[in-house]
Amino acid sequence: MSTSAIIMMLLVQGTVTAITGYLFYKVLTTKPNPEPDSYIENDSDPR
Amino acid sequence: MAVKEAWGSRIGLILAMAGNAVGLGNFLRFPVKAVQNGGGEFIIPYLVCFFVMGLPLLFVEWGMGRYGGKFGDHSTPFILNNMTKKNFWKYFGVFGIFTNFGVIAYYTYIESWTLAYVFESIKGTFVGMDIQAVGNFFNEYVDIKSDGSIFNWPMKAIIFFTITLAINIYILSKGLSGGIEKAAKIAMPLLLVFGLFLAIRGLTLGKTGECVGCDSNVALAFIWEPSLNGLWNFKTWLEAAGQVFFTLSVGMGTIQCYASYIRSKDDIALNAVSAGFMNEFVEIVLGASIVIPIAVGYLGMDWVMENAGFMMAFKTMPFLFDNWGATLGIAAGVMWFGLLFFAGVTSSLAMGTPWMGFMEHEFDWSRKKAAFVFGCIVFVLAIPPIVLFQQGVFDEYDYWSGTVSLVVFALAEVIIFGWVFGIDKAWHEVTHGADIKIPIIFKFFIKWVTPLFISVVFIGALIKPNGDQWADAWNSFSSGNGWIFDNGSILNQIFRFNTPSSELKWFVEGSPTSLFFVDMSRLLLTLTFLFVCYLVFIASKKRKNKIPVEHK
Repeated sequence: MSTSAIIMMLLVQGTVTAITGYLFYKVLTTKPNPEPDSYIENDSDPR
Repeated sequence: MAVKEAWGSRIGLILAMAGNAVGLGNFLRFPVKAVQNGGGEFIIPYLVCFFVMGLPLLFVEWGMGRYGGKFGDHSTPFILNNMTKKNFWKYFGVFGIFTNFGVIAYYTYIESWTLAYVFESIKGTFVGMDIQAVGNFFNEYVDIKSDGSIFNWPMKAIIFFTITLAINIYILSKGLSGGIEKAAKIAMPLLLVFGLFLAIRGLTLGKTGECVGCDSNVALAFIWEPSLNGLWNFKTWLEAAGQVFFTLSVGMGTIQCYASYIRSKDDIALNAVSAGFMNEFVEIVLGASIVIPIAVGYLGMDWVMENAGFMMAFKTMPFLFDNWGATLGIAAGVMWFGLLFFAGVTSSLAMGTPWMGFMEHEFDWSRKKAAFVFGCIVFVLAIPPIVLFQQGVFDEYDYWSGTVSLVVFALAEVIIFGWVFGIDKAWHEVTHGADIKIPIIFKFFIKWVTPLFISVVFIGALIKPNGDQWADAWNSFSSGNGWIFDNGSILNQIFRFNTPSSELKWFVEGSPTSLFFVDMSRLLLTLTFLFVCYLVFIASKKRKNKIPVEHK
């Protein structure tokens, strides 16, 4: 495998992995909106 | 009476959306397309298409869905109706329900193969089999005959299909948070774990000594060797755009349905990008590292170039895994077919939701009733591709429902969103409540570039020249000899230019021909489309007596 192929593979796969990881980190750490929001698991009273 | 649906959690929604996008194509279509289009030459156009067509389409569909949800619309007919205020468009939105019937009918059948192969792997069926025996096993499983018989009656496959459909119906009947979301929370992590194991194996396989050139690094070098040649090749762009389009499950109405349960103040931008990138992770990182590298590792690049295709999953992979010894081979088989099953089931569940949303909200059907009737319709639609597998019915469903309808509907929706609804309102829909800042360039993409790309994909499919040789076809056309259509082009599929009139017969010596079955399957799909149109018409009349519901 040539150096350029290794660089391309690491660059593309690494970038996609890093962006995916960052986006999931952001989803998990973003403060939820005040109720009523779209999600029922964080409701104090089930709908 | 219909129960009000809602998502349980944000991460559950994203996993369900990613599960909708991640399908068999991530592991099979992408690597095969990469190999067929020059490996490294394909990657750059593919990435460009993802950014200028894939991501904007996700924004469009998420935006349309959340907008529709404000008015209690959970399926595309009335989402389009509300956006355009024109009756005509709601019948165009029928594609967002119809397509799912056509696709799930054969997709669940493939899904059932993966479930059956999980059990066969556990039983050790493939241990010690050579590649010919593995291929024959598949042919027997789907009852492919070489004696000219018309019908295939694969009883075992029909039983597994029924079980798979029942699993789908059961989960659908449990609703969004209690069924689909729970399934995605189990299936997606397991899919990632199985995929990572097999991808690491593919990346580290190296030389196996099975043949000269049997080296997984040869495959990786081919796929990843950077090349700008693809940038000047129209066919490569067409294939890359097609792959991005199909991998994201756009043009089906499923994303709109899922997003319609999000309130207007909640984010869709970060959700859409997260689900899209998760799909790309599975495709580019995992999908590119499993089938082709492992196959080249044991069979060589020449064999792969000649035989790369969808059926490698069933006809080749069990043989390749068996090279790793009985125990690891069985484990790899379970993981491979297990991840394909999970990828399939999360997609097929999404295909059920537009119908569920439509019947629950327009006709006040209960979840169980909607799910049961959906299962019955799918079962009836699935019988022809199963028993007439060799007559081309399976391919016919895939062509019209799984390819043409998607492109037509996606082109319509992106024009409606960016032009009829208006780009400023559309951009507001996408960015309102966003947890990330979307670069303004995407507004330009949604209005201009994405419709242009999809138009090119559609025209490319409409007039695809023989063997994808665009230069030859153009030379023939410009020299007055006419355009040479490919058999797979839409125009040839409709007008059958390439078929001699002597072969355009439904019956030969009293026996029905393949053409007869192909035309009957087209008729069945058309009737299904008209049936959904009729339901939309009835729902529309019912709506006139109702006051629109808006939730914020």
